[in-house]
This record gives sequence, C-alpha cells and structure tokens, in this order.
Amino acid sequence: MLKTVYDKIWDNHLVYSYDDKHPSLIYIDRHFIHEVTSPQAFDGLRMYNRKVRKPALTFATVDHNVPTTNRSLPMVDEISSLQIKTLQKNCQDFGITLFDINDQYQGIVHVIGPELGLTLPGTTIVCGDSHTSTHGAFGALAFGIGTSEVEHVLATQCLWMKKAKNFEIILNNTLKNDLAISAKDVILSIIKNIGTSGGSGSVIEYRGSFISNLSMEKRMTICNMSIEAGARAGLVSPDEVTFNYLRDKPYSPKNESFERLLNEWRELRSDNNAKYDQSILLNVDNVIPQVTWGTNPAMTIDVTSTIPNPDEYAKGNEEEKKSAVRALEYMDLIPGIPITDISIDRVFIGSCTNARLEDLIEASIIVKDKKVSPNVKAMVVPGSQQVKLSAEKLGLDTIFMNAGFEWRESGCSMCLGMNPDILSPGERCASTSNRNFEGRQGTGGRTHLVSPVMAAAAAIVGKFVDVREWI
Amino acid sequence: MEPFSNLKSKPVPLDIVNVDTDQIIPKQFLKLLGKTGYGKYLFYNWRYDENGNAKPDFILNLSEFEGRTILLTREHFGIGSSREHAVWAIKDFGFKAILGTSFADIFYNNCFKNGILVVKLDKDKIDHIFLEKTNKNIEIDLLNQTIKIDSDIYNFDIDSTLKSYLMEGVDEISTTLKFENAIEKYEIDNDPLIFN
Ligand code: SF4
Repeated sequence: MLKTVYDKIWDNHLVYSYDDKHPSLIYIDRHFIHEVTSPQAFDGLRMYNRKVRKPALTFATVDHNVPTTNRSLPMVDEISSLQIKTLQKNCQDFGITLFDINDQYQGIVHVIGPELGLTLPGTTIVCGDSHTSTHGAFGALAFGIGTSEVEHVLATQCLWMKKAKNFEIILNNTLKNDLAISAKDVILSIIKNIGTSGGSGSVIEYRGSFISNLSMEKRMTICNMSIEAGARAGLVSPDEVTFNYLRDKPYSPKNESFERLLNEWRELRSDNNAKYDQSILLNVDNVIPQVTWGTNPAMTIDVTSTIPNPDEYAKGNEEEKKSAVRALEYMDLIPGIPITDISIDRVFIGSCTNARLEDLIEASIIVKDKKVSPNVKAMVVPGSQQVKLSAEKLGLDTIFMNAGFEWRESGCSMCLGMNPDILSPGERCASTSNRNFEGRQGTGGRTHLVSPVMAAAAAIVGKFVDVREWI
Repeated sequence: MEPFSNLKSKPVPLDIVNVDTDQIIPKQFLKLLGKTGYGKYLFYNWRYDENGNAKPDFILNLSEFEGRTILLTREHFGIGSSREHAVWAIKDFGFKAILGTSFADIFYNNCFKNGILVVKLDKDKIDHIFLEKTNKNIEIDLLNQTIKIDSDIYNFDIDSTLKSYLMEGVDEISTTLKFENAIEKYEIDNDPLIFN
C-alpha cells in the first residue's frame, strides 16, 4: 500500500492496535516538558506511586515564565519562581535532564529540541504545549498534549490516539524567494485561506518546490503555526537539508549511528501517488507580506489592503460576522483604513515561531544603521541561549541595540506574557509570535502578527510598512 | 475520576465563535500548581473589569444562569493553547458538559480526561437551541447518546472508548499499564534511545 510519511511514522510506532475505529497505543520517542504544564502531572505520579518509565527520553527546560532581563538578579515574581523550583525538584526526583535557567542550552522548548539534535526524523514527539507541531519540520510526528497526557506519557511512554487524516498542502513557486516574502507570510496566508479549524482532525504535510528549497529554520516557522489552522500536527518529509542540519548537533547520533539512520531516514518520504484525504495547492509567487488585523490568526490581510468590513470578512456567516465586529472593537480598528496607516507602540521579535538565528539576521538587515521610531518600544528576545550566542558572534546584538532595540535573554517572553514582558491595556504591538488572541500579550493589549522583517520595519517607521519597498 | 452520570440542566448560552483557551483561562492564572481553584478565573477578562469588578452584562455574572451545569457554545470552541487549565476552570466552575458545533482537538481530549462530556451537534440544531431553548432543561443521556429538550430528541456521536471511560470513571494510566508486555516488546524491537 502506498503511504504518506505520516502513515509510515504512525505504523512504526504502533504498540497496540484494535482497529481503525478505536484509539491505538502509540509509542512516544521524545517528551519535552516545561514549568507551566507539568507540575500537576508529577503530582499525579506521586499520588499513585508511579515512576517515569523512560527518564532518558524526557527533556525539560524553563521557558514560559522566566524573566528575560539580567538573570543574576533574583526573580521578582515569586509564583513563577515557585513553578521553576517545582520543575527543578521534579526533574531531580525523577531523573530527568533539565536545561535550567542558567544552562547554556536553555531556551524555548521548540527552539532547543531541534538545535540540540533531540528532534529527529521519523520520531514521535510530544510536549504539553500546542506549538510542538514545530518539530514536524524534521519529518517527525510532533503534537501538543494536555497535562493529563503529560502524566500518561511520563508513566507509560505511550499515548492512546486515533489516527488523523492526511492533508497535503502543496506550496509551489517559480520566483526566487527573496527576503521580503517569508515563511511567516506563507503560513499566515494558508491560515487565512483555510481558517482556524481548516486542519482540524488532520496532520498537514507541506510539500512542493517552495518547501524543498526552504531552510530548516523556515520549515519550522511553517510547521509551528499548523496548530493555528487547527491541525493535529504539521510535517515535512525529511531530505538532505534536514540531514545536513542534524549532523554535529550536540545530541544527534554520531558517526556510524548517523550513517545507519540516514538510510532509514531517506525512506521516510511520502510514496508517489500516496493518498491524501484533502489536498490544496498554493502558488507562493502570489503571497505578499501579511499582517493580522483581528483576534485570531485567520484574521489576516495583505499589507497592501485595508481593514475589512465584517460582512466582507464573514461571507454570509452570521457568527463569524459577530466575531469580526467584536475583533474590530477589541483592536480599535475601523473598516476601510489601510493597514499601513496604523501606528504601533511596541515591537516584539521573539517566540518559537520567529526567534531563530535566520529570523534575527533578516530583521537585523532591516534595522542596520536606522533608529527605532521615538514612539515605539522594541525588543528582541532570542529563542534560546544558543541563538543568542550565535547572534552575538555575528554582532547582531550591537546592530539591534544601536537602533534602539532591547536585547534580552531567551524565553517565551511577550509571546504570552507570563513573565514581566507584557503589553499595557490599549497598547498596539507588531509581533513575530503566533497568536493574536484577546489579551494574549497582556490584558487589553492589541497584537498584530507579522514576519521578522515586517516587525523590524514597523519598529523603524512606527507604522506597518510594506517591507518589499525596503529590499 | 468520577463516573459521568446523566445530566439535566438548563444551559449557559455563550454565543461566541472561536473561543480560545486564552479567553477561557488567561495566562496569569496558569501559575498555580494544582488542578483546582481555577473556577473563579474562568473567562476572567470577559467576566471582570480592570478593577476586578464583575461586568454586569457577561453571562456568567447573571444570576438567572447560576447553578447551570451545561455550557452551550458554538463553532471552534477551545482553539489555541493546549493548557488543561482551561478544562480545570470549566470543571471547577461547575460545568459537567459542553454542547457545541465543533471543538479544537487538544481541548476535546483534555475534557474527557477530566470527566467533562463534550457533545457535538450540527449547526442547525445548535442554532435552534440558541434561538429557542436557552431556558429549557436539557437532558443528556450518555448511555443512549441522546439529548432531550422538550419533545426534541437528538442523537450524538461519541467514540466508544471515550464513552466507556467517562461512564466508568476509568483511570487511563492504569488501563495502559496493563499493556506492559506490548510496551516492553516495542522497546526491545525498536530502541527508541537513538541518540549517540
Ligand atoms: S514562544 Fe509562545 S507559542 Fe512558543 S512555546 Fe512559548 S508561549 Fe508557546
């Protein structure tokens, strides 16, 4: 039978299966945990006197609520500090590797897994965090789970799951991708097209010429936001780009093991003519920079457009219309205004979507020798300590700081504002993160999702600009 | 987990689409270490103003809806973050079941792990309930997979495994641990420790 890469990974991980109608027991190869969604899981283990089945397959870090300012100072937020201490104790008690707050490998869980070589093709990966889909860029089956499932994986190294549908998104292009059209713009336009539940019940496989030519970091940006389209996971068949990325990473298999695995990994692509339940085709040549205007990631427009009116947006769906009215009110926007007329107060370059080295390099090209608008407060929060270090070696910190950006320590930061990095009520932010929900970056804060280069340009001008004019 | 018993309650109609888990429980309340005590923060930003005063027009603040145990929603409920805190808040507040058109995958799973029944009905039926039945008792019979409102009876689909877990209040981990032999065999055959 012809199989997709998802079918292959699924079949390789079946521990027990009744039939297609019932959930199957799936083995989990890698389990990432962090301070926010794990404490209750460890409590559960203790309550039943259970052990972690395979501590060596579990890796922990602190990212969601860590401060991004000077870490030699004590943490001000005592409750966050307690959550971090709890994770430290849990890792110690159960024998789990922790990349702690001052570790050279600390960072956002979805940034460090790949850069450490923990994320490998053909593996199953879970984490109590919805953006686990990021790791799918390596041809892994990676998905977010809730805390009860975290406990289940800790105790059994398995999960009960029903097989999802195969959804293929073919992304083709003929023009060379320049700096201005980023992976972020492509995934935002996909979500705009298929909606926040367009991928529901499916694993999306991204394919096509655009994907083949894309770097690993950009594939991660695309897979990262699959969850924003409601998909269970997103993935890309592994190829030479993937294998080259993985050579020499700290935890990657070495020497003969690597060569042996390469042979297996090369088989891990969807068979020609494998069957998909759903398929869409997008010509990436037509994608231009995107900006979200509303309170979910599907509420996105081209940078050349105006704020839509609710009727036009909802296309006859009454509830969606109400939702658009509500979003416009929350965002304090009026239909018909060009998005480039909108002034911003803050710029956030960070998050597991867009805080890797390439993102920072691209943004730095835009801000080099320019100054952040006097009305804007802008910050760069590298995705990990390793990203920060590499960026500093290239002198990016100086470029950003000379322009007036703050240069921070790594963590989730203003992507969800669980640490002190938050928007004040009414503040408007150009953000490279992945969610523009009400209050996501701070109660009453207004988020517009954009690519790193769009965020960088917005910081300089104080308004959204079509970054293509700058490149 | 407590077994799910049949339910009879009027619904709390939350007439909003695309409700994300950031709204159900905002991030500032994810710092607790337990599973209880989240009910008072449910829909916090919609429920309270900047000064922490109850907003008089939000549905959970209206006395006529107090004590109702069924949450009536619309499309795409529970999108966004995987935080199980969203379900803990819904449960802690007193809801036992959620009725709606569609739900995000992770949220849906999380509900069943906590004994909350999620019932999906077609849009026309949900529209009808919103329009005419928000002050009627809804009777949910899980065994027979039916919902009864006045003389209307709707059938609903539910995965048989999830259903039996809910009915029996099963601890899923102890069920899985019975598969120890299969798990161990898998580990021997596959060597999941493929680093180094
Ligand atoms: S950066 Fe944002 S989306 Fe990514 S893991 Fe952290 S909080 Fe979640």
